[in-house]
Amino acid sequence: MSAVLTSEPASARPARPAGPVLKVTQARVLVSEFTKFRTVRSTVWTLLVAVVLMIGISALFSAVTASQYHTFDAADRATFNPVSISLSGMMFAVVAFGVLGVLMISGEYSTGMIRSSLTAVPRRLPVLWGKLAVFAGVIFSISLVASVICFFLGQALLNSHHLGVSVTAPGALRSIIGAALYGTVSGMIGVALGALFRNTAAGIATFAGVFFVIPPLTGLLPASISDHLSQYLPSYAGDAVWGGARSVTDALSPWTGFAVLCGYAVVLIAAAAVRLRRVDA
Amino acid sequence: MIEVENLSKRYGDKLAVDRLSFSVPAGTVTGFLGPNGAGKSTTMRMIAALDEPTTGRVLVNGKDYRAATAPMAELGILLEAKAVHTGRSARNHLLALAQTNGVPRRRVSELIEMVGLADVAAKRVGGFSLGMGQRLGIASALLGDPRVVILDEPVNGLDPEGVLWVRNLLKALAADGHTVFVSSHLMSEMALTATRLVVIGRGRLIADTTVEEFVSRAGGMSVTVRTPEVAQMRSLLLGPDITVTSDASDVLQVRGLTAEQIGLAAWQARLPVFELTTQRASLEEAFMQLTDDSVDFRSHDARGSYGAHDGTHDGARDGAETAVA
Repeated sequence: MSAVLTSEPASARPARPAGPVLKVTQARVLVSEFTKFRTVRSTVWTLLVAVVLMIGISALFSAVTASQYHTFDAADRATFNPVSISLSGMMFAVVAFGVLGVLMISGEYSTGMIRSSLTAVPRRLPVLWGKLAVFAGVIFSISLVASVICFFLGQALLNSHHLGVSVTAPGALRSIIGAALYGTVSGMIGVALGALFRNTAAGIATFAGVFFVIPPLTGLLPASISDHLSQYLPSYAGDAVWGGARSVTDALSPWTGFAVLCGYAVVLIAAAAVRLRRVDA
Repeated sequence: MIEVENLSKRYGDKLAVDRLSFSVPAGTVTGFLGPNGAGKSTTMRMIAALDEPTTGRVLVNGKDYRAATAPMAELGILLEAKAVHTGRSARNHLLALAQTNGVPRRRVSELIEMVGLADVAAKRVGGFSLGMGQRLGIASALLGDPRVVILDEPVNGLDPEGVLWVRNLLKALAADGHTVFVSSHLMSEMALTATRLVVIGRGRLIADTTVEEFVSRAGGMSVTVRTPEVAQMRSLLLGPDITVTSDASDVLQVRGLTAEQIGLAAWQARLPVFELTTQRASLEEAFMQLTDDSVDFRSHDARGSYGAHDGTHDGARDGAETAVA
């Protein structure tokens, strides 16, 4: 390091900052968490990946569906939902949101940053609330914009075969907003998992397990069991709010499904809060 | 001011910190010494409320740190292990910490200048050397101009210039009325910087005293006397509070008397003296002696009342010294 250090105590200690009264407030912690969020390069990359996945896959599904519609049988045509097809990229974008959520906390544990964060805010919980608020705000805004783009792009592609619908179609607006809500709340589950495990690999593996491994496995269970179970899984329950392109018998109604997803998030966040507060950093 | 009361920390079977009580006054640099694994870092983490004590409590400026309205104005800490996200730049790291307590942005810039990181402030911390990491850690500890500054091994990885800078910084902070509590395994560094010492071993308090007192109590002053008349010399010198041990056939180690007193007594008794040397233990020797596991009195004298002498202590210490010699 080329910087020259002076040894005089005088210059070694700038004067006490005059004026501002120091105090921790939830708003200040939130601003700090936003600074942390935007100043790590991986955040930006993960978000970019999420948006590209969401828009790209939605467009791909829409284009393929449009060109293959003439091969669909009557049953497929009956369940065909142009709105959810145009938003189907959310199924994949949610991976990126989950990873980002986990990293937001596990990254602090793996680097030791958490000790700085909690020393600055020894009450601890404001840090968790700040992270969740920043995460929810950023992810909802970004995925809502992506969702709107997906919808109009998807309908344009479907319209090439006269299959598209307008934004005023029943459930269209709800699905657009619902997809963004699904991505946001699922990602918040990732944040909670990061705080519970304090470990990136464990957090991401659990998130992926819950959202991508367990759901298809329920198909292996006898229908008498899975028909009463699978619609309550976080992913299937959350899908209901945007008409996610997965077939579940007895799917929950949109807002009931979303409420179930939120229920999982609340329980996990509460557990994360208890652990953050009680267990040594 | 830091007050540690009956503090213990248990990890599974291991008692890392065992009923520690001491206080660190404002306006001085207090060194925190102990061998590796003595529990220094654990104690410091408990002071910063990062770890929950198994028993006891800590008061920072008379209060529970967790309840502070402006924690960064109360306490700033440099932890031994890096506590920085490697993917963030130094400036953004400091900014994010500063924002939690409302520390103004210009204070961040001031500190970056002060610790000499101006050239690399925009670079990611992941690429920092150990020394640069220490400077960043010191900057974050000082962000809120805290009344209590705790530094765990601050000179680790610093070049000689950096070591000198830290030394002056600590003294300046203390002179300005701050409470400065600094751990180091470098005894010589402590001798130059600290005026008070808290010494622990195996999680227990060994000493809570001044550097001077620590040295004189532990090694104390001893006088080496070389004489052919060992037996006569020994009986001449022995008395209350005076101990005489022997390293070699014609050498005595005398404690409790000065070289002048011994020389005079030998002259009056017409005993020949070939050598009369005052030995002053260094801080390092004192430390080694007191933290040596074979030293038994440590566990008895954990309460730190160094003024009171009693037979058990001296006996045990002499035994240890004879064994060492």
